[in-house]
Amino acid sequence: MASGALSTLAIATLAGALRVSTPFLFVSLGECLTEKSGRINLGNEGALVLGAMTAYAGSYLAGNPWLGVLVAATCGGLLGVLHAGLCSLTRINDIAMGIAIMLAGTGIAFFFGKPYVQPSAPLLPTLPLGLWSDSPQIRSALEVSPLFFIGIVIGIFMTWAFQNTRAGMVVRIVGDSADAARAMGLRINLVRFAATATGSALAGIGGAFLSLVYPGSWNEGLSSGQGLIAVALVVFARWEPLACIGAALLFGAAGALGPSLQTVGVSQGYYLFNAAPYLLTLVLMFIAVAPGRRMRGAPGELSIVR
Amino acid sequence: MRAIGVEAAGVTKRFGAFTALDDVSLKVRPGTVHALLGENGAGKSTFVKCLLGYYRADSGDFVIGDRQEAIAQPQDADRLGLGMVYQHFTLVPSMSAAENLVMARADVPRVIAWKAERKRLGEFMSRMPFKIPLDIALGMLAAGERQKAEILKQLYLQRRVIVLDEPTSTLTPQEAEDVLNLMRELATSGELTIIIITHKLKEVMAFADEVTVLRRGRMAGGGKVGELTAIDMTTMMIGAAHEPGTLTRSGDPEAAARLTIRDLRSLGDHGRAGLDIAALDVRPHEILGIAGVSGNGQRELMEVLGGQRPPTGGEIRVADRSYHARRNEMHALGVRLLPEEPLRNACAPGMSVIANLNLRTFDRTDNGARRFWLDRRRMAERGRTMIEMFGIRTPSPDAPIGALSGGNVQRSVLARELDGDVEVLIVANPCFGLDVKAVAEIRARIVAARNAGTAMLLISADLDELLELSDRIVVMCEGKIVYETPGTGADAHEIGRHMAGHA
Ligand SMILES: Nc1ncnc2c1ncn2[C@@H]1O[C@H](COP(=O)(O)OP(=O)(O)OP(=O)(O)O)[C@@H](O)[C@H]1O
Ligand SMILES: [Mg+2]
Repeated sequence: MASGALSTLAIATLAGALRVSTPFLFVSLGECLTEKSGRINLGNEGALVLGAMTAYAGSYLAGNPWLGVLVAATCGGLLGVLHAGLCSLTRINDIAMGIAIMLAGTGIAFFFGKPYVQPSAPLLPTLPLGLWSDSPQIRSALEVSPLFFIGIVIGIFMTWAFQNTRAGMVVRIVGDSADAARAMGLRINLVRFAATATGSALAGIGGAFLSLVYPGSWNEGLSSGQGLIAVALVVFARWEPLACIGAALLFGAAGALGPSLQTVGVSQGYYLFNAAPYLLTLVLMFIAVAPGRRMRGAPGELSIVR
Repeated sequence: MRAIGVEAAGVTKRFGAFTALDDVSLKVRPGTVHALLGENGAGKSTFVKCLLGYYRADSGDFVIGDRQEAIAQPQDADRLGLGMVYQHFTLVPSMSAAENLVMARADVPRVIAWKAERKRLGEFMSRMPFKIPLDIALGMLAAGERQKAEILKQLYLQRRVIVLDEPTSTLTPQEAEDVLNLMRELATSGELTIIIITHKLKEVMAFADEVTVLRRGRMAGGGKVGELTAIDMTTMMIGAAHEPGTLTRSGDPEAAARLTIRDLRSLGDHGRAGLDIAALDVRPHEILGIAGVSGNGQRELMEVLGGQRPPTGGEIRVADRSYHARRNEMHALGVRLLPEEPLRNACAPGMSVIANLNLRTFDRTDNGARRFWLDRRRMAERGRTMIEMFGIRTPSPDAPIGALSGGNVQRSVLARELDGDVEVLIVANPCFGLDVKAVAEIRARIVAARNAGTAMLLISADLDELLELSDRIVVMCEGKIVYETPGTGADAHEIGRHMAGHA
């Protein structure tokens, strides 16, 4: 009996990890790209919420969830353009600007999202990877969204691109030494502009996952700060996209712990377990930036490092 | 002949109200080595930055080869085959030398085939007079190694004109000679035209064909090296004959050590050997010189003594009190430091010269008690006194220290560190990038501090400097002290052998 409960718990946590991790994955990869270019974008939380709302609205209005994803990426990207534009026009602090963008993004989403709380839009299909098993639990746990795999592929591609492509190296140069970039004649603002917009578009897709896959509806409490946690994830992952994937999975599992325990009947300390991702953030940040260690891997131009 | 000539006519450059260059004209013939001389702040770096498109001259023309060219941005210079080794590092610190070199090319393909690139790099490196690790992030390397990487980059890019802004200050004498010999050869064979900025007249005499001297932003003279003496050149530089004073050390080292280091260990960066110093003592009235090829633990030692790196074991004592490089301890025990690359390691670059000169004392009254409110008037006064005493050339006392010329940053930090009672002074490459007059002046100040009873640790890559100043010399190799000799009568060859690790 106990072993049965344990395997149920493991399956539930795994299922949760695959689902809960995807928004973390997209936002942290987007943030990783932006920070590699030397800028922080806390506005990604806003892009996530805006992405969730616009994806749902897009899917509802067009009748096609993939169109919804596209709309989310576009809206997220536009928010990034706004952030990048404002940061480069005047020499504003990117962190303060990011908070303003975050509030603007969520505000816009809540304002325009009111009419879409009730109706139900077509959701994204999932891949039934559990067909080999007879257990319905496993079957439902392995209903994995294609977005998850797309995220993994993007992460692997980014790792490769940062080492092996001109564009990737240019982003790293701009993020690490503006002096070197200037001496090479690179257009710093343009590179950061592109990196911020793309990063923000990825965050928008993360939002589309929230409203079109899991939990799969639009309401104002949809995001619980995933966009901000993702920023911490990037630090923990030492600005490595592959490590971002691992960190996102870890956080997904932590986030799934509370609900999974409930499925096996442990309801005590429910709120405590729900706080697991936040506690994990604190612990990991402590480990990652404990004094005496250098912030290895941090892009040299980041305002928090300089 | 691949090398091309460079001509400048009437170049003027202003920073705000300050004229850094005033109607400077010069002509460099193809395939020659042309030296650019001048005091700190004379405008040498500004001139070559205009030539390279890093700054835009307010007026004046450049003729490159036989065409007049407008050089508005670095790419223009790049296209014309002009390259420069800047005085401040311009490589990307988080990237390896291999990545930096390949990315510097104008024709980097969209996707980089590392296998083929590495093969080409390997072939290129085998023709070079010195080696650097290709795969370690450059930020982890010592100043000398980064300097070599900068030079290698320009050679890799197959330039037609290379400008070197004080290329040898961080190199060992042997490395410096190798670099300059290589440049000389490339110029003689018609591959390259070289413009070199240096403060070492010895190098000018040995390696340059022609020389141009700048003084306070104006042309002060020039000519063929063979027709000028060292005295002529210094006279042009400073406007008056310069008598090199002789340094006299007076007073013998005391018996009891003031700075003692026992079993000091620290980690090194990226798998390099860290520190492992069994014992090191510095006594009052003594200059202890530390020789060594850069990258053998000198930087780690400086960082541990300055509180930038935690030691992993061992003990440091100053005047019999345990020392952990905290600001209060430094104040109480009179420990002062002049690290290498002072702009990065000892300054707040965006803050004013005045503020930087007061970093040690802004929160104290004149008699050392703590204070809460800053006394701006007193800070300005102290700052002005130091600026005057040390002849720091700055556009204004309130200018950010980052805008000062390399030599003037050095002077500012030294002025701050020598202010007040100095019991222990720890110095790394103090004359890095200083002009002849300033070198003489700063060495005199160092010796004066020693004569007044300071215990001094002098880490230097310049063996001549160590031989001239030190009471005792030790050699550091892979983080360990491997050799010790008295300063007077020390054998440079013996020291060199231990530096290279063949002992
Ligand atoms: N960006 C800047 N803004 C304001 N003033 C500057 C700037 N760059 C240089 N200057 C000033 O111009 C003058 C010439 O500086 P430059 O760096 O060319 O001197 P230098 O001859 O190279 O001296 P050093 O031998 O010390 O390197 C200095 O007085 C310096 O303070
Ligand atoms: Mg200079």
